[in-house]
Amino acid sequence: MEVVNENSAMLSNFEVYGLLTDIQAGRGQNKPNKHQQQLATITCETIKYLETKPCKHQSEESITEFMKELQSFNLTKAEKGQILNLCPTTAVEIQLIIEESEERLTEEQIYKLLDIIVKYNPTEADQEEDNSAEMDSSND
Amino acid sequence: MFVLAEMKDTVRIPPWLFHIKFNDAVIEALNKKLANKVVHNVGLCIALWDVTKLEDSYIFPGDGASHTIVNFRYVVFRPFMDEILTGKTKSCSKEGVYVSIGIFDDILIPADAMQHPSRLYPFEQLWAWEYETDDGKHDLFMDIGEEIRFRVVDEIFVDTTPSGPDGTANQPSEISDTESKKTPYTIVGSISEPGLGLLSWWNS
Repeated sequence: MEVVNENSAMLSNFEVYGLLTDIQAGRGQNKPNKHQQQLATITCETIKYLETKPCKHQSEESITEFMKELQSFNLTKAEKGQILNLCPTTAVEIQLIIEESEERLTEEQIYKLLDIIVKYNPTEADQEEDNSAEMDSSND
Repeated sequence: MFVLAEMKDTVRIPPWLFHIKFNDAVIEALNKKLANKVVHNVGLCIALWDVTKLEDSYIFPGDGASHTIVNFRYVVFRPFMDEILTGKTKSCSKEGVYVSIGIFDDILIPADAMQHPSRLYPFEQLWAWEYETDDGKHDLFMDIGEEIRFRVVDEIFVDTTPSGPDGTANQPSEISDTESKKTPYTIVGSISEPGLGLLSWWNS
């Protein structure tokens, strides 16, 4: 066996999640039969892991729009990929992901970045907060 | 976290699988060979992404199976250097903390890459970060099964292909011991920066 290119492209969690759910459902490739225990195991475990990540709630359109908005920040491909996969919610996480963030981004830009992330990736906690806020306001 | 690796291999389809559509048989053979396996210097293979090129199939004398050279792309788990990942703590030892991601278990955060200062409590076999505030020292324990965020600082690939027979026949037990301890792919992480470590430490 020959490895032509061990790193030809970077994949987002969302793309891998899509591929694996398709395999499990039998779309595209065949569902793993009882002779393909390894494929079934790794598919199941990876889906289990990715479901705890924000990629479960992402969609192709939201990602395209998200990437367009990130263009103004001059981030490397790896940094944009990590932001997409991790959806950081605090400035500390942004500083971990983006190298030398204090020099490259002003504080205002960091907060703007956090707002964009929340806009395109509402977490379940935010959605629950919105629901309870609506309930509270309707009770008033 | 995931990359696409382009590979090329000769796929052997045995005659009893000739009734299946050829493309499906190729995909099945590739997944059977590579899924959930570590390829040296590439990473942990997850699943086939697509087949990019199928060359002519040949049948060789003495073997009824068809052999085809296939170029394909495979989804591989291989975090890049300095990537931030979250996993769960698996166990603690004097070497450091072992973390697991579900699909991959061989992640070590060595003792010198912990938050400074940290120490191991030998009785409970747990590492703890000795966090100093104005009130005094707090020990933040790294319990088992807790979510932990770490940065990937190193990856170690070990070639575990079996070595040929030795000339000496005197050391069978030694060989089996060392072979069972080699993990083909190990990730070394670090939690020595603000924001890294147990998620509960930073979520106020």
